Amino acid sequence: MTVTEEPTLQPGYKQVGSRPIRPDGVEKVTGKARFGADLYLPGMLYGSVLRSPVAHAKIVSIDTTAAAQMPGVKAIVTGDDFPDLAASGGRPDQVFLSQNIIARDKVLYEGHVVAAVAAGSVKQAKAAADAIVVEYEAIDHVLTVDEAMADGAPLLHAGMITRGVDPAPEEPSNVANRIVHERGDLDKGFADADVVIEREYTTKPVHQGYIEPHAAVADVNLDGRASLWCSSQGHFSMRTLTASVLGWDASRLKVTPAEIGGGFGGKTTIYLEPLAVALSSKAGHPVKLVMNRDEVFKATGPASGTRIKVKMGVNNDGMLTAADIWMAFEAGAFPGSPVGAAGMTIIAPYDIPNFFVEGFDVVVNKPKVAAYRAPGAPMAAFAVESMVDELALAIDMDPVELRLKNAAIEGTQASYGPKFARIGFVETLEAIRDHDHYQAELGPNQGRGIASGFWFNAGMNSSATVHVNEDGNLTVLVGSPDIGGSRASMALMAAEVLGIGYERVNPIVADTEAVGFNDVTGGSRVTTATGAAVIQACETIKTDLLARAAKTWDVPIDEVEWVDGQAQHTKGSETPLSLAKLAAAWGRTGGPISATAALNSRGAGAGFSTQMCDVEVDPETGVVTVLRFTTAQDAGTAIHPSYVEGQMQGGVVQGIGWALNEEYVHNDDGTLANASFLDYRIPVASDLPMIDTVIVEVPNPAHPFGVRGVGETGIVPPLAAVANAVSAATGCRHLNLPMSPIVVLEAINQRNEKG
Amino acid sequence: MSRTHLTCTINGDEVEFLTEADTSLLNALRDDVGLTGVKEGCGTGDCGACSIMLDGQLTNSCLVFAPEAQNADITTVEGLAESDVLHPLQQTFLEGAALQCGICTPGFLVAAKALLDNNPSPTETEVRYALAGNLCRCTGYDKIVRSVLDAAAAMNGASS
Repeated sequence: MTVTEEPTLQPGYKQVGSRPIRPDGVEKVTGKARFGADLYLPGMLYGSVLRSPVAHAKIVSIDTTAAAQMPGVKAIVTGDDFPDLAASGGRPDQVFLSQNIIARDKVLYEGHVVAAVAAGSVKQAKAAADAIVVEYEAIDHVLTVDEAMADGAPLLHAGMITRGVDPAPEEPSNVANRIVHERGDLDKGFADADVVIEREYTTKPVHQGYIEPHAAVADVNLDGRASLWCSSQGHFSMRTLTASVLGWDASRLKVTPAEIGGGFGGKTTIYLEPLAVALSSKAGHPVKLVMNRDEVFKATGPASGTRIKVKMGVNNDGMLTAADIWMAFEAGAFPGSPVGAAGMTIIAPYDIPNFFVEGFDVVVNKPKVAAYRAPGAPMAAFAVESMVDELALAIDMDPVELRLKNAAIEGTQASYGPKFARIGFVETLEAIRDHDHYQAELGPNQGRGIASGFWFNAGMNSSATVHVNEDGNLTVLVGSPDIGGSRASMALMAAEVLGIGYERVNPIVADTEAVGFNDVTGGSRVTTATGAAVIQACETIKTDLLARAAKTWDVPIDEVEWVDGQAQHTKGSETPLSLAKLAAAWGRTGGPISATAALNSRGAGAGFSTQMCDVEVDPETGVVTVLRFTTAQDAGTAIHPSYVEGQMQGGVVQGIGWALNEEYVHNDDGTLANASFLDYRIPVASDLPMIDTVIVEVPNPAHPFGVRGVGETGIVPPLAAVANAVSAATGCRHLNLPMSPIVVLEAINQRNEKG
Repeated sequence: MSRTHLTCTINGDEVEFLTEADTSLLNALRDDVGLTGVKEGCGTGDCGACSIMLDGQLTNSCLVFAPEAQNADITTVEGLAESDVLHPLQQTFLEGAALQCGICTPGFLVAAKALLDNNPSPTETEVRYALAGNLCRCTGYDKIVRSVLDAAAAMNGASS
């Protein structure tokens, strides 16, 4: 274990831990990199999507007659142009996905797709979309979990019976699912406590806020095969999902990944892709669809709004004795909120003997939620980490000390089931406790907050193919879109295995027909799992190279070893054979040199982060300024420390936005009031200080280089870290996010009135 | 709608193109001229991904109609590097890992160049306020701000 602010090369590593320039960097600083909207094809048409202006209504009729006569219009599609997966007995998740792509009988949120048009220009397509006449019959809507769970609430899905309840309810409701985790004896746990506190927390829906709107270009051939170019977190998944909505075999579709302009989970699913394919199929031309920002806010990805009740007990020694937790998560218009992950993560950092965690997945008339960086965990951690802070204050114990006393360590049975392998939670706590920030003095109206967080990290399916080129350099093909520097990590790991220079490796994000299957770039899994595939393929190459050297020298294979990028003869005086020499001679040793690895990675290592935030609250306006922020996170091994820091910093700042500014604001009629970056305010440079990082390295025993995922864990603690700091600065506990100026000011005024 | 003939100087070259009069300069640069380094993040002047220099002024090209650029001098991200040499900002952005996804990078580079053209030795605070009109969702701005300060130092070192 090492803790260092400036990670250095690990002992024995020559490449891993260094900070070279990313392979795709020059294209991205010169404007050459092609993102989702940057593709133009000969004969290409442009599309526009007609969306529901209301939150909940029955579609009585759709009349496209006038629109079809508009200038330049080549194709119009409605729900009737897609297979009815409900009628054909499709899987529930596929049925819901297809209904989210385009409405059939009902619209379930403002922005729900009703029709799409392809025409010669965006203006023509938009004019035609506006000329489609849709008759709606309004239905009452529900916007919050409280409204949706109330007796007699209008139902989004007529026959939806809550899963996870035994016996199953007889009446349908808006509650799609119930999850439970329990252990021990709650009554005994609370009896053992010296202090018990009970609180209720709320968070609002927030958007992932990627700067690049969704975009897709489809080109369907007359033989029925189709090509799709899109910006996503996984082009193989886009292929699977798009094909399922179209009722196609996946192999009919070739998906080429564009560069992706941010995703954070929100680009792990499809929106425009089946519409573009259907339009292209009808029009006989390539069709490009690009969302505007209004559509992005209204129809894609928010994270759930939540209501969480927590009752926890602690004894005077600082041991947590019991936790009783109730959670309701907005799913948006279709089931599938991350309440399951929230339930698994909410007390995972702590070894609590008695707990009951219950969660509900609730549909409301808002866009279907999408994954957002550690889905479900930030809201869950906001509740429990706020509670832990309050319990520490109540027993007059340092908040890091209290966490250290209860921290999960290797061998702890996690609240969600399995035993933890070697993990670095304690080390992140110690890193924060030992940081000079921890002792820094605070001024008037300032406060400091501490919080921790956990995320599983994922493994899943990855493939990689490595080719040795004729000059002895490598081409590394992966199928994982590079969302934040993963090409650099792949190149570093390949170079490390083969003992060659980083610049000799060319990592490529290849299309669905050029490399084997890869799951999405999500779950912080790429450096772990796709990295493992790259490492394995390079090891196979190395074995092959040794055999070729032995053959060349006509010596036994056990007399050959690979050292610093070349084959050496251990028992003789043969001149070493470099990779370049072996490549140049491949015609005499068996032909070109390539290897593929395909695996299901079980090697993900759990991630933990502890963070510390100083704020100043203006007592006149309620404005919160973040003065200083330090984050410590266990990266296992930092392959490229700069991009590890980048993930840590980016997650923290998204969490600061979630805590202070960001929220979906809905009008009473169910429409979204703030669907722009002007009114939905994400943090800007002048809002923030530098974000100080401490990379903790507790190697993951299940990965060849000790890697743990780093993308998601960093967004788990900051909501509570900021809230705990604001609570300390104002002397009143903040239980509802965001802590916008008016909310904070009101809390200060109430505190003053109480005296 | 009939198309309008426009002439302007883009990245040092005289360029002629046809576009519709109600087309934004952003869309004209992307769709009609082929400069797709200029990005659309919002179309409402809130994100800065479409930042260009228009007659020496940092401009959101989504808020300008294309005909307003008649005879104008325009610099986009494609014009920052000189032949085969990257601009110091491009170099420090690479070295400092100031981009993750890279979609906002063209706008940040143009905005940062506009800052350094006017203020060669900005403070951290000045950098943060100068870039406050450019949204980045990946980095938390830390490495962007550092890279701009590094570029300023490099450029001042080179000119002294």
